[in-house]
Amino acid sequence: MPQTAQRTTYAQPDERGRYGKYGGAFVPEVLVPAVEALKASYAEAKDDDAFWAEHRALLKDYVGRPTPLTFCDRLTRQLGGAKIYAKREDLCHTGAHKLNNTIGQALLARRMGKERIIAETGAGQHGVATATVCAKFGLDCTVYMGAEDIERQRLNVERMRLLGAEVRDVTSGSQTLKDATNEAIRDWVASPEETFYIIGSVVGPHPYPMMVRDFHRVIGRETRCQLAEHGEDPVPDALVACVGGGSNAIGLFHPFLDEEGVEIVGVEAAGEGLGGGRHAATLSEGTPGVLHGAMSYLLQTEGGQVELAHSVSAGLDYPGIGPEHSFLKDEGRVTYQSATDAEALDGVKLLSETEGIIPALETAHAVAALPERAEKLAQERGDDAVIVFNCSGRGDKDMETIAKRI
Amino acid sequence: MPDRLDDTFRAFRERGEKAMGLFLTGGFPDPGSTLGVLRAIDRGGADFIELGMPFSDPLAEGKPIQRASERALAHGATLDGAFETVRAFRSESETPLLMMGYLNPILRYGPAPFCEQAAAAGADGLILPDLPPEEGELIEPHAHAAGLDLVYLIAPNTPDARVEAIDRRATGFVYAVSVTGLTGSRLSSDGESASPVDAYLKRARRLVQNNPLLVGFGIKSHEDAMRLSTHTDGFIVGSALIETVRRLWDESDRSEAERLDAVASFARRLKHGEARVA
Repeated sequence: MPQTAQRTTYAQPDERGRYGKYGGAFVPEVLVPAVEALKASYAEAKDDDAFWAEHRALLKDYVGRPTPLTFCDRLTRQLGGAKIYAKREDLCHTGAHKLNNTIGQALLARRMGKERIIAETGAGQHGVATATVCAKFGLDCTVYMGAEDIERQRLNVERMRLLGAEVRDVTSGSQTLKDATNEAIRDWVASPEETFYIIGSVVGPHPYPMMVRDFHRVIGRETRCQLAEHGEDPVPDALVACVGGGSNAIGLFHPFLDEEGVEIVGVEAAGEGLGGGRHAATLSEGTPGVLHGAMSYLLQTEGGQVELAHSVSAGLDYPGIGPEHSFLKDEGRVTYQSATDAEALDGVKLLSETEGIIPALETAHAVAALPERAEKLAQERGDDAVIVFNCSGRGDKDMETIAKRI
Repeated sequence: MPDRLDDTFRAFRERGEKAMGLFLTGGFPDPGSTLGVLRAIDRGGADFIELGMPFSDPLAEGKPIQRASERALAHGATLDGAFETVRAFRSESETPLLMMGYLNPILRYGPAPFCEQAAAAGADGLILPDLPPEEGELIEPHAHAAGLDLVYLIAPNTPDARVEAIDRRATGFVYAVSVTGLTGSRLSSDGESASPVDAYLKRARRLVQNNPLLVGFGIKSHEDAMRLSTHTDGFIVGSALIETVRRLWDESDRSEAERLDAVASFARRLKHGEARVA
């Protein structure tokens, strides 16, 4: 395929928010004006240098960007394969990549004159990042969180409350991220004029998947520059990131999609194992459908009911996936594989012991994919081959689960 | 082919009366009772019926219909089961019936076979609250090929030009959502004739020229129904019926026949008011 055609392939989405056949905006009529207003406001902001200057300034002075790119020398030696670098999103303020997005959306909310913010959260990281930015900007904040997640992520609940957010527990359905998202959308349906819904991943109706991706692209862009500073080719041999909804992954991947030489790997949560039923591997095991306003791969029954996902990591416990990932899977541009709960826990141990970095359980799924990938890459491209994995969050929030399971 | 919906609304308009649509979740209160409840509301005076196809994640629904959907799914409700119900109902009644539900189960079934099956069973149209006209092409050609109407919705915040565009696109009727909110929501400014909802429906009446206009969401009584349908061809009640059925099945020790009589008289009271029924 000629280079020019290749380049346009990944310039998604189109006007209607489609990534190939995925994406779109499947929302009740009452939300259409809200979605249209958001689209218009973001289109304007996107071309406004002042908007991005403010975003950059906050990422630098408040979030602590750029986050380092750490060469994992002991991990590299232990695995005996390609050279491994960690993009240290765990060092962002609040402990994960999430603020890149919540700051962007809060700036947009302010631009639109909205003072009431709602959000959904799974692990609590997006809830904390939203509560944080609302405190910083002086915005009213309500976070929907599944009752089961409230139970397993108590620390984040306390953080959100301390930051001034109201945490509403969601007791419908699976009582996890899927149902928290339903409730947030229902809240939005009831007050579309006053409320700005800060979605936490590259999911939901257009323009959310595009917008959230754009706010996280800084991860990949920094990586490019930092590889050069380390004396490496700015274009690595491989990228690895965990995928729940897919925001940290698309942030790292997107600036490299047009670089044909880069192997790109997304790691989903296989929970207790594929085939057995209890997992969250949407791209590996799901089929296309419509959930939360977008067409994408979905874990669903024969009858088209959405299935419950399962993962030890609350942040990956979601039966859907961002539509751009569905597109990239079908295009074959990104390889999506999975890691089980047990493999992720091994990943926590591996990174903690070799690098002194305790990763979040979500991140640990990416770590779990490194041994095999590092070996394969070294065989194919030599020991100088470079892998960058997105160290998307730190493990403090998971210490209770980790202590119980390791 | 007779067009039951068109004929119904034309007759009501000629008589200057308001049509009453009643919504029941398929498979609720349990799969064995759905058909009986449909017969009861038909007997109680429903002028058209919406049969809900339960979905695990019904975004536009308030608690009553959410719970009814969960319950129906727990009983194993399926689309094929819904077609069976429609077929059985149609064998004994000519009351228009629309199937209402969310897109995903239909996509999974296949839009073409779904529409063919629905039409063959005797349904007259579809209402899909998570299918705005921009995405309508997924279903519309199949629905129309099968002879099914595809109803679109408008809301209080829908701009004029969009209401007109939706009216051009919709067939069967245009469904005016009464509130900026979920099904079963509290209606705004109860009892005032010059309320915002009144102004909205007046505006909708002026803009919707190609289709009958029906209002729904939050209507709980005959008085609500009469107040809101001043400017429309009729009204739709869902959550209030669902709650009535739930109470009758869960909280009373009445016989099946008594429950169904109570459902029929609930429908009659909605349509005619307490005085006429008593």
